[in-house]
Amino acid sequence: MSQEEFPSGGDRFPPTRRSVLEAVRSIDAEEREGALEALCAAYWKPIYKYVRLRWNRPAEEAQDLTQGFFLELLERELLEKFDPNKSRLRTYLRVCVDSLVMNADKASKRQKRGGTTLHVALDFSAAEKELGGAVIDPSAIASPESFEEFFEKEWVRSLFALAVEDLRQLCVDRERERTFHLFEAYDLEGNEKISYDQLSKEYGIAVTDVTNALAWARREFRKIALERLRELCGSEEEFQREARAAFGWDSK
Amino acid sequence: MKFLTDKALERLRDSAELPDLSGTRYRLLERVARGGMGIVYAAEDEKLQRRVALKVLDIPGTDGELASRLILEARVLARLEHPGIVPVHDVGTLADGRVFYTMKFVEGQRLDKYVATVDSVPDRLRLFLRICDAVGFAHARGVLHRDLKPANIMVGPFGEVLVMDWGLAKILRTNAGDSNAADPDATVFEKTNPSSEQASATELSVITGHGTVMGTPGYMSPEQARGDVEHLDARSDIFSLGALLRFLLSNHPEKAAGAPRLEKSLEAICSKATAATPAERYPNVQEMALDASRYLDGLAVGAHRESFFEKTARFYRRYRFFILLIAAYLVMRVAILIFLHR
Repeated sequence: MSQEEFPSGGDRFPPTRRSVLEAVRSIDAEEREGALEALCAAYWKPIYKYVRLRWNRPAEEAQDLTQGFFLELLERELLEKFDPNKSRLRTYLRVCVDSLVMNADKASKRQKRGGTTLHVALDFSAAEKELGGAVIDPSAIASPESFEEFFEKEWVRSLFALAVEDLRQLCVDRERERTFHLFEAYDLEGNEKISYDQLSKEYGIAVTDVTNALAWARREFRKIALERLRELCGSEEEFQREARAAFGWDSK
Repeated sequence: MKFLTDKALERLRDSAELPDLSGTRYRLLERVARGGMGIVYAAEDEKLQRRVALKVLDIPGTDGELASRLILEARVLARLEHPGIVPVHDVGTLADGRVFYTMKFVEGQRLDKYVATVDSVPDRLRLFLRICDAVGFAHARGVLHRDLKPANIMVGPFGEVLVMDWGLAKILRTNAGDSNAADPDATVFEKTNPSSEQASATELSVITGHGTVMGTPGYMSPEQARGDVEHLDARSDIFSLGALLRFLLSNHPEKAAGAPRLEKSLEAICSKATAATPAERYPNVQEMALDASRYLDGLAVGAHRESFFEKTARFYRRYRFFILLIAAYLVMRVAILIFLHR
């Protein structure tokens, strides 16, 4: 079908980021490293929390395993073995984590061997704080399926948190900090929903300015989150499936 | 980096779902439904000041399989101007990159809900004939629906019947190349791209890993269920119409234990329409509708060969008034004769 009459948003939609799965196969070392960092940024927290809860490993060991996992990804070229036609990247990574933990001794030796380094700052204390808070109840996770759900939820949380961070940076770059604060106050904070009217009074702007700012922020958030997600998928089909899962479109 | 609570995740999901209608003539009113391809919202056309239904994909982009299907659906609707088919108003891409189209906002009930309010068999058959009318029209315009089921039929407040959800429709390619005069029996279909079909979580539509099976169990023809897309023709929709008719008459699309037994003529119409092989089914919708109309008129249906007793019973039912009138007259005559000869 001809699509000429349906422009895909013009300059509002930058070219799709290259999939990390393509980038890790690149001959350019910098590109490969960038891909691993993108993958690591999105997945380290879900993996760390998963290892802590699913495998009941102490914090220190879980930290080693998490770092070791990403080094293994590179050294054993696990991403190159991934076939997007057979499974989702998220599922594949989780299975790799399981395998790594089961062979934890070998992994720790490999890690100690050194050679490859990660350039992503992994704030384990923040992850530990999140685990220790009331937000996650390990006793509620009883079955392997629950762990799978848990991993998916943490992955969504991580993806959205990265997108929110990107949005914050975008607002700073475009001198729209107030927009981000409105978005933060209305969509991210507190359990009781604050009203447009309250925000308008608080910031001394019209209600329509509040709603316009929120609409812009949400649109950008959605765009950023989908772009980040696309980067983490191996195919268009996987991207669509993952987007439906991440945004909960299947369950609504 | 900010930690997002579960509540924040939910809010982000909810807000990210909303379509960006900036730069359009539409204002969002409320979410109406979610389907396999996207979401349907009620929106206000601010220029014409009327309520419309806005169907929008979840994912931005115009080059994916779902976007192609939504655009195709809008184009299919545009070429089917019929009172039984929901009219499309507009199609395009939103500022957020998502493909959408708007159509008439239909206020009414889905057939599966509405049918409970229709008691008599003749009324249900009349409803069915209106569905046949719309589907037959689409076939004549070279379009196959491929997902006919009660959930895709709406009945409006004045009893108008609208066939909805043409997302799985296929435009027939005619041998003569005349898209407005297709002979359903002389058509082949575009082969489905198997790459990225999406199964709906809320509906029962089925898509296999091969991507060629699309439809709804119970209403989908065997050839459609096999993924035999190349050989589908109007008779595949006739199978669905047969299942739909059976649903209207017995609340089950297939013969089921415990379902009320249908009258032989109606059972024959349903069985013929849902025959396993297309060659045994009605060749087109008009013939199926004609059989249903003949039943309504008390005539013999083509799908069922009547016995002498059935013929007599039907004759009696059809001319009961006159038969009773003549019988009453004869009884009166006999009574008068007896009275006079006393």
